Amino acid sequence: MELVCPAGNLPSLKAAVDNGADAVYMGFKDDTNARHFAGLNFTEKNIGQAVEYVHQKGARIFTAINTFPQPEGWRRWTDAVDRAAEAGVDAVILADIGLLDYAAERWPDLHLHLSVQGSATNYESLKFMYENFGIRRAVIPRVLSAPQVRHLTEQTPVPLELFGFGSLCVMVEGRCLLSSYVTGRSPNTYGACSPASHVEWVDLENGKMETRLGGLLVDRYEAGENAGYPTICKGRFEVQGKQGYAIEEPTSLNTLELLPEMMDMGIAAIKIEGRQRSPAYVAQVTQIWRSAIDACAKDPQTFQVKDEWNRELGKVAEGAQTTLGAYHRSWQ
Amino acid sequence: MKISLGPVLYFWSADKLREFYREIAGSSVDIVYLGETICSKRRSLTLAEWIEIGEELQSAGKEVVLSTLALLEAESELKSLKRICNNGKFMVEANDMAAVQILSSQSIPFVVGHSINLYNQRTISVLAKHSMRRWVAPVELSKYTIKELHQSKPEGVESELFVWGRIPLSYAARCYTARHYDLPKDECQYKCIEDPDGILLETKENEEFLTINGIQTQSAQSCNLLPHLEDIADIGIDIVRISPQSSATLSIIELFNRARSNQISIDERIVAAKPFLHYGGVDGYWMGKAGMKREI
Repeated sequence: MELVCPAGNLPSLKAAVDNGADAVYMGFKDDTNARHFAGLNFTEKNIGQAVEYVHQKGARIFTAINTFPQPEGWRRWTDAVDRAAEAGVDAVILADIGLLDYAAERWPDLHLHLSVQGSATNYESLKFMYENFGIRRAVIPRVLSAPQVRHLTEQTPVPLELFGFGSLCVMVEGRCLLSSYVTGRSPNTYGACSPASHVEWVDLENGKMETRLGGLLVDRYEAGENAGYPTICKGRFEVQGKQGYAIEEPTSLNTLELLPEMMDMGIAAIKIEGRQRSPAYVAQVTQIWRSAIDACAKDPQTFQVKDEWNRELGKVAEGAQTTLGAYHRSWQ
Repeated sequence: MKISLGPVLYFWSADKLREFYREIAGSSVDIVYLGETICSKRRSLTLAEWIEIGEELQSAGKEVVLSTLALLEAESELKSLKRICNNGKFMVEANDMAAVQILSSQSIPFVVGHSINLYNQRTISVLAKHSMRRWVAPVELSKYTIKELHQSKPEGVESELFVWGRIPLSYAARCYTARHYDLPKDECQYKCIEDPDGILLETKENEEFLTINGIQTQSAQSCNLLPHLEDIADIGIDIVRISPQSSATLSIIELFNRARSNQISIDERIVAAKPFLHYGGVDGYWMGKAGMKREI
C-alpha cells in the first residue's frame, strides 16, 4: 500500500519524502490544479528539481492537473500535461475527459490517474475511464461506505486510492458548485474552494466575530469561539428556525482505524490531503501514517491505532476533531 | 427553439406526479424528462409506471427522455440504471459516467445531463463519438463558453441549456433532509415528501441562500434566463430547460412559449416572472459571474 503525500512546495515535498512517503503529488502555479493558492505549487524551473529529489530517494511523483479546462484556457492545460511528461513525473492526475483523451493520445506511455475530481463512485464509471484512456489508478470521492469500497475493489480492474487524512469534502468532488455560486470561482473552474480573495474576517463588538464569503455570512462566533475558514459546507446556517451546522461540522477525515480493512481490500494507495498546509504538517502526518502502515502491514490482525497517533493528528485536524466520514454509514 | 421540462427533482407522491404530467401533456413543452435523479429510495413510481406516463406524453406529441441518478454508489442502483438504459423505447439522459458507459458500450444514443462535466470541445467530441446526441451545459458555464462550445460541437449533437429553476449545486453521500430532521439516512422516514420544493436554508442574518433536497443542494434563488432568451436564440441553442416546481410550472412554460415567439417584451417578462420566483431570480452564471448574482 502506497502512502501518497501532499507537496505544496519544495520544502513540503522534501518533508514528505524524508519522512517516509512512497509518493508525493504536486501541481503547477496556476488554475490547472485544485489547490490554486497564492505562494503554492511549482514552476517550470523547480519541477525538475522536485522530480530529481523524489527519484533520488526512490519515491514517486505525481502531477495533479485536475481542474476542468474551458475553451479559452485549453492550451494552458495541455501545456501542463506536456510539461509534467517532459519533466519525467511518474503519473499525472486528471479529471477532465477531454484532457484524459489528449494525454492518452499525446503521451501513450505516461501513467494516468483519475483524480477525485473525476467523480467516479462506481465500477461502470471506472470502466469508461479504463477502457477509453487506460487509467492506472483512480482516487475515489469521499462518499462511499467501507462495504461499498470493498465491493468496488471486487468489481473493477482499476487500482484504487483512498483519502486517509485531511480536510473533508462532504460533497462528491468535481460536482460541488457551492463556492462558485457565491464567488464565481469553484474547484472545477478555478482550482480553489472559497478563494482567499473573497474571504472576510470581521471583528464585531465584545470580541465576537464573523466570517463572510463574497459578502455572504458563513458564520458568526461568540467571544472565545474558534473561527474556522469560511467554506460554505462548514458554515452555520438556519433551517426552519433551527441554527447549526446544516451540512457538516468543521472536521477532518481520519481513517487510521480502517487501515487493516483497507489493506485487506487491496487498496493500492492512501492519500493525505493538504497541499495548502505547512511542511511541518506534512512531516508530522507523513511520519504517523508511515508508522501506522508499516505496523499494519507487519501484522494486520493485531494492529491497533496508537493513542498518540490520533492525538497528534487531532492537533492538526480542521476544527481539532476527526471523523470516519462516509466510510462509516451512520455519518451519512 | 424547443422547450424542455427537466425531471422533477423533489420527492412527490405518485398521485401528484400523475396529475402533474396530465397537465404537462396539454402544455407547450416539446420534450419531457422523466424519472428519479436524486435518491434511489424515492420510489413513488416503478420504471413501468414511468414508461406508462411517457407513453401518454408521447401520444400527446411530446418527446420523452428517461433521466437517471446523478450519484450511484450501490449495486442495486447500477442494476436499476441498466434497466432504464435498456428500456428499448425512450432515449436516456445520463447524469453520471456509469450511464454513459452502459449506453455507449451498446451504441445506444443518449443525452448527457448537466451534472457531467462537459467544459470543453474535446470532451464533447469524445462523448459524441460514443453516441452522445445532446448535451446539457453544466450550470456554472457562462454564455461565452457555451457559445464557443455550441458553435464548435460535432454535427448531429444538440445543445440544451438550464434556463429556469433552483440551480443544482452539489451532491453528497449524506442526506441533508434526514440530517435536518435528526434522522439517520437509512431510517429517513421519507421526510422529503413533506417538502415538495425542498427546504430553505438561510444564513444567520436570514438571507435566503440554499435549498436542501435530500442528498442534493440547490440554490434558494431560481435561475431565470427568460430576459435573455434572444441571446440564447442568437447563439443557436436548440433547447431550453425548465426545472419543475410544485406550483406554477404551467404558467412558467407558457411565459417561455410566448417569449420564444416574441409575444412579450423583456420588461413584461421580468414583471410576469416575478410571482413565480420565491426568493428572486438570478442569471449570474450566464453572465460569467457568481451564480447568485442578478444582472437583469
